[in-house]
Amino acid sequence: PPERKRFYQNVSISQGEGGFEINLDHRKLKTPQAKLFTVPSEALAIAVATEWDSQKDTIKFYTMHLTTLCNTALDNPTQRNKMQLIRAAVKFLETDTVCYRVEEPAALAELQKNEWDPVVTWAEERYNVAIGSSTSILGPNIPASTKETFVSHLASYNMWALQGIEYVITQLKSLILSMGLIDRHITVEKAVLLSRLEEEYQIQRWGNVEWAHDYDLCELRARAAAGTLFVHLCSESSTVKHKLLQD
Amino acid sequence: MAALGSPLRTLRGLLRELRHANERSGRSYREMPAYRHIVAAFRAHRVTSEKLCRAQQELHFQAATYLCLLRSVREHAALHREYHGKGERSPEEVAGLVGFRLPQQPGGKA
Repeated sequence: PPERKRFYQNVSISQGEGGFEINLDHRKLKTPQAKLFTVPSEALAIAVATEWDSQKDTIKFYTMHLTTLCNTALDNPTQRNKMQLIRAAVKFLETDTVCYRVEEPAALAELQKNEWDPVVTWAEERYNVAIGSSTSILGPNIPASTKETFVSHLASYNMWALQGIEYVITQLKSLILSMGLIDRHITVEKAVLLSRLEEEYQIQRWGNVEWAHDYDLCELRARAAAGTLFVHLCSESSTVKHKLLQD
Repeated sequence: MAALGSPLRTLRGLLRELRHANERSGRSYREMPAYRHIVAAFRAHRVTSEKLCRAQQELHFQAATYLCLLRSVREHAALHREYHGKGERSPEEVAGLVGFRLPQQPGGKA
């Protein structure tokens, strides 16, 4: 399908009853399900407005990650409730990238140990849980108490932030790396590098293919950055309209 | 806390990205709401007393994350245009993408 042309001159923000709204000329932005697009945080609204104002001749929706995240939070197209989102997020721990180790080649096994052990240890200490790692195809055996700790912790986040957290986990294929980001322990660049460790290893061995590797790298960075920013902006109690976030 | 480097460098990077994002508009990038918000936030947290340290770090992390978002989106779009948006390529171009050149046949055939 042909791309949508940019049909508006000016993008602005206004404050409505439910939160902050985005105006494209005189039209109020709506979600895919035709709901009024309202966000709880002014900073988030500004960042969304910037996405819309950055569009040149055509609207490239695949670059508008914050808009997409807001639409998901507003429409909840998969119709999941808070506990379902939390359980989906914690389930990722069973196949967490940083816990799944190879035995061969030795150089990759060594790289995984050196790069991933510290972040697993960090998570274990930060959350007072046992996680470990495994070379078994079944992955690590995560104790039920560990899962419950993470379930409890994630329950403290509101629905919007949870959508963001689940998104980051799905992109990075790792709950641990995602918590590292949410807790500001690692940067997005580092989290993405750790998520793509095996690809980076292959690139170092066999060479970089810009149109594939860098393309994927940039896309993953953009998505992880958007998700992380979204979570933080939806969690700041000083800037957030609580009414909108009632679960 | 994540290794973030210099806040000034992050701020400069952000302003550069905002200028890129603003290219089409014909207005100064200083009129962008994002510009105003970021500059105001950095100014408000300039006080370096101990008790603001954590708030400063949180702001810096947020700024660095936003910078990563803007930069990665721009770089991804550039790669998309370069490699995925050009339509049909000639056989020579395709060969060139993976580092080959087409053989030259005697008699002048490509």
